[in-house]
Amino acid sequence: MTLVLDHITKRFGTFTAVDQLSLEIPEKDIFGFLGANGAGKTTTFRMILGLLRPTEGKITWNGNAPGYDHSHLIGYLPEERGLYPKLTVKDQLIYLGQLRGMKKNEVLSQLDQWLERFKIPEYIDKKVEELSKGNQQKIQFISAVIHKPKLLILDEPFSGLDPVNVEMLKNAVLEMKERGTTIVFSSHRMEHVEELCEHLCILQQGKPVVHGSLKQIKRDFGKKNVIVHADFDVAFLQDIPGVTRFRKVPEGCELQVENEGVSQTIFKEISGKGFVRTFDLEEPSLNDIFIEKVGASYE
Amino acid sequence: MHPMNKFFIILKHTYFSQLKSKSFIIMTVISLIFIVGLANIQNIVELFTGDDRTEQLAVIDETGEIAAPLINTMESLDEDLELKLFEGSLDEGKELVQSGDYLALITIETDEEMLPKASYYALDLSNNRITNQLEQALSQIKTGIITEQEGLDQEVINKMFTPVPIERIALKENAKTEEELNQARGLVYFMIFLIYFAVIMYGSMIANQVAIEKSSRVMEIIVSSVSPITQMFAKITGVALLGLTQFGLIIITGYLSLKMNQSEMVGGFFEYFGFGDIPVATIIYGVVFFILGYLLYAMLAAMLGSLVTRIEDAQQVITPMIMLIVAAFMIAVFGLNEPDSSFVVATSFIPFFTPIIMFVRVGMLDIPLWEVALSIGLLMATIFFFAWIGARVYKGGVLMYGRSTSLKDLKKALQMSKKDV
Repeated sequence: MTLVLDHITKRFGTFTAVDQLSLEIPEKDIFGFLGANGAGKTTTFRMILGLLRPTEGKITWNGNAPGYDHSHLIGYLPEERGLYPKLTVKDQLIYLGQLRGMKKNEVLSQLDQWLERFKIPEYIDKKVEELSKGNQQKIQFISAVIHKPKLLILDEPFSGLDPVNVEMLKNAVLEMKERGTTIVFSSHRMEHVEELCEHLCILQQGKPVVHGSLKQIKRDFGKKNVIVHADFDVAFLQDIPGVTRFRKVPEGCELQVENEGVSQTIFKEISGKGFVRTFDLEEPSLNDIFIEKVGASYE
Repeated sequence: MHPMNKFFIILKHTYFSQLKSKSFIIMTVISLIFIVGLANIQNIVELFTGDDRTEQLAVIDETGEIAAPLINTMESLDEDLELKLFEGSLDEGKELVQSGDYLALITIETDEEMLPKASYYALDLSNNRITNQLEQALSQIKTGIITEQEGLDQEVINKMFTPVPIERIALKENAKTEEELNQARGLVYFMIFLIYFAVIMYGSMIANQVAIEKSSRVMEIIVSSVSPITQMFAKITGVALLGLTQFGLIIITGYLSLKMNQSEMVGGFFEYFGFGDIPVATIIYGVVFFILGYLLYAMLAAMLGSLVTRIEDAQQVITPMIMLIVAAFMIAVFGLNEPDSSFVVATSFIPFFTPIIMFVRVGMLDIPLWEVALSIGLLMATIFFFAWIGARVYKGGVLMYGRSTSLKDLKKALQMSKKDV
């Protein structure tokens, strides 16, 4: 059940939303999309769902073009949350579930389990407009997963949720993966992507600027972070060749270095100068990579 | 899953969620109350006016001769009137009118030719039923006086006032007789009213529902599980069934309440609307034009509704469509009196007008089959065209969000659903 995007381009008039995007998302993977607003994430998701047709290129899932023949195998949580405000949770999910090929009693038994899990069983007969935003989001999530999809597309699933609810949804996402669902998601928050994804892609103006497995991306990035907390002035470290970024913090400094070799030079430079409380060599964070590649912080 | 199953799921959902909605129930109940009220209008009027609704009028007769025949004539013209000869002065009479003892005061005198003339005093002159009857009664009396004065024969006078009979005979074969035309007019009027109402009410309902789904953004989830085209047609069909339910309820209630109140009125009602002896062709044409007209406008409404971002804009975006149907209705009302005017003939071939205006023509006249066939052909071609383009606009429109809605968005929506630009 591999999802393959083969040189996908989508143009709206003269505007190119997605430009020559090629990806392969393996089965049971969690794949993350990162990118600023307007980078082409939602357009890409809509093409995967078959709501939009690529101007060029081909998308196949398990060898088939996207379409309504297997919409019962796909779950979708759109960026702009959408439910019928006047319908009760129950009626809503019966309708949406039936459209995904479920029987009414299947929907009801699944719904009970999910509401129980999210600790909101009392909302089953409430209208959606009466629920808090966080609870609406849980219902939205249930509507995306209730039919046990093989492919789950989550567009910004955690935005606007408090940490407790984020944790709850994150666990649910991981459980979906355990059950064998391939998950594609986009997020604002780098730490969510780092925590959940095995593979990811950073989009900028419709083009993939970074793409691969998280480990590989970090390794290929090469640069590392060095943290030095010392009792003496460490400002001189920024003049060492190979230091690409220097940031002073109250306890000392945080550096970005071109490679591990530079960190050894730094270690030699500070030894004997006084007491060093911390010396740490860290993998680059996804945020570092994002800033480097996209040129600006995401948030 | 077979697309047909999803079609029925959406149809069922559209039908039942709307049927259970407060606005639909309230609307239907109000319509039913209105219909029952209309059927009982006579009882209701009587309830308010009561039985003692005789109106007292005072008469001052200076001639001494006219009062008696006047009282006779007027009381026989309207049994609710009671006239009394008043012996007091004019001022006393006026006072009694002002105090409400009498509804009005009538003074009668004669002019120099000894012919009657009268003055009518009332608090206000809003009730011209009485003055009309007064005029009628006095004219009769005057005719009598002249007949007597001039020594004319009563027979001659009667002859003079008998209306001239005019028999209208159509030379064209199969042309409808005057009586048939009147009957047809009632039926046709009823039917075009039905089409007009159905299109406005259910067209708005469709546009609103699409707008609700779009503005609440649930549309994106729906179209990710079912094709927008299937959804559009399921919605149109669901609302059509809803309309049939509502109209069915109204017609049954109307029929029953008429029947319960005055069984003799039912016959009259049906005769008036030409239901007594309905030509089968008119009914068939009525059904055909109703279905086609609904389809065309329902599709337009769905297409226009799909362009809306905020629900408030739904009404505004379907205004051009409403204007089309209002124009069609107005031409049709004119066409009821002159169904063979060239303007009516020409407009009956414009697909947006055909369902109403061509129906007026086939209902009122005997027009060649090829004309009907041509107009239906054109109408169906338009429906197919709008099904094709509407489906594409809908597909693009439901994914499109903007700050305001205008008809320019039609182009954008088409672009959105296109593969290559």
